[in-house]
Amino acid sequence: MTTTDFQVSTSDSVNADGYHSFRLGEFEFRRDEYFVYITWPTGQHMMSIDAFLRALQRDVAWDFFYGIVNFDGVFGTVNHYGTVDIFAGRYNDSYRKAELDYSENHETPEIRETFKSILADWTNDTFDPFASPHETGAAWGVKNGSNEAAITRRRVAARRMVAVPGDEQIRTDDSGFPVNRMFLDVDQTEPVIEPEPGFEDEVVAFNLFAYLSRSDVTWNPSVVSQCKDSLFCPTTEEYILPIIHGNDRVEWFVQLSDQITWEVEDRDTGAVRARVTMKAGDVSAMPADIRHQGYSPKRSMLLVWENNSSAIPDLIASGQAPTYPVEF
Amino acid sequence: MGNPSRGGGVEHSSYTTVFGSLDSYDKGGVELINDDARHYAFSNMFEVAANAKPWEKIAVAKNFEYVLEAVRAEGTSEWRTAAHDEFAVCMDGNVTVDLVKLDASPLAEDAEGSIALDGEPEGARMGRIHLGRGHQALLPAGAAYRFTAEKPSVLMMQTIAGPDTQYRWAEICQTV
Repeated sequence: MTTTDFQVSTSDSVNADGYHSFRLGEFEFRRDEYFVYITWPTGQHMMSIDAFLRALQRDVAWDFFYGIVNFDGVFGTVNHYGTVDIFAGRYNDSYRKAELDYSENHETPEIRETFKSILADWTNDTFDPFASPHETGAAWGVKNGSNEAAITRRRVAARRMVAVPGDEQIRTDDSGFPVNRMFLDVDQTEPVIEPEPGFEDEVVAFNLFAYLSRSDVTWNPSVVSQCKDSLFCPTTEEYILPIIHGNDRVEWFVQLSDQITWEVEDRDTGAVRARVTMKAGDVSAMPADIRHQGYSPKRSMLLVWENNSSAIPDLIASGQAPTYPVEF
Repeated sequence: MGNPSRGGGVEHSSYTTVFGSLDSYDKGGVELINDDARHYAFSNMFEVAANAKPWEKIAVAKNFEYVLEAVRAEGTSEWRTAAHDEFAVCMDGNVTVDLVKLDASPLAEDAEGSIALDGEPEGARMGRIHLGRGHQALLPAGAAYRFTAEKPSVLMMQTIAGPDTQYRWAEICQTV
């Protein structure tokens, strides 16, 4: 193994399929044509490389997101906002009872750079981990180029609201965001705005639905408006959320179009708790003690609403705040 | 990609996007396996607006001090203001927003939530926005705003709970 400037531990040479292997602490990662193989001191695990890369892409793009990013029922990460746990079996009841679960804590830059390196080396030219299965080639096979543009998309995060001068701007054909094939019937008319002179920067509106219809990624919330710590993070969804998100705070979903079904499990054990079917106009909380995975049969628009306050995870973990949003 | 003989799927030639409206919405729900439906506070904002009086601010989501409110927009609203930015998304219909830069806000700089203003606001006219379905408007901190909707419409407000925020969870949410 050699170590780069960013402390990424990479194999000196590639395997027979053309891929490097990687190490982070006691975790080792290698891939072949179909699978990723993850090993740690008390066990080992296999995942489809397609599912692994889709999950890895979200974990990297979201900078480990809120709470737990389960790649599947065994492997994942926990964000401590400065450090990140990487775990195997920690949120799997059978692994816990067998005492085979394992976890390490790393400084965020260390795991971030390692995961980015894996993503870069293992994503081939024909595969876009952010795209729906209809929109991309396969992740399978021996090493076949790379797709740097797809895996390093800039994360959109409006500071006030999309379309405000100096902030994130609306998407257009000219800016490289054509209307998605499943949203061709979405009205593209922008609101009529009549500002008085001098108020052009504050009299602002945009077509949120048109903006979402031009998203080139799936399952990737991005901020369009911000009211202090209240973040509107809409996203377009198609097929399956590539991760199982374990909450460290209550988050809310507003279904803006079409339909998503959420499979909800206990955050710590994986025991099934509920199935939530959301149609246009539906609003549902996701409690702070669950994990969820969504299924969207057609590309749909989902508003993910987050409270970005850094105080919340400790309030919930210490029992000072409930795991569900309201009492009634 | 798109080659059925090599594992790609065949797609429809066109798709229909389903939005909701006051006149046409299809509500989903929580199928319980081992949980309490109230933990999800599941509602539908078109149903909430359909059963609301014009301009009632009914919380459909709450996360500590922050709320999302469903508002039935019909006729002309009162003038309101907040010390922080708010945002309005037109979920159905057409809504006009009038904005005035208040000469003097009645609110402290750190006040949270919006309040109603008595009478006409005093200040410079900032402009007007015409919202259709799916359009989102900034309601700037320190501005007064008033909505007008000729036909029943629906707004979703991104704001902080205030004195006029109404909580009707048991009425609007799935409980079993």
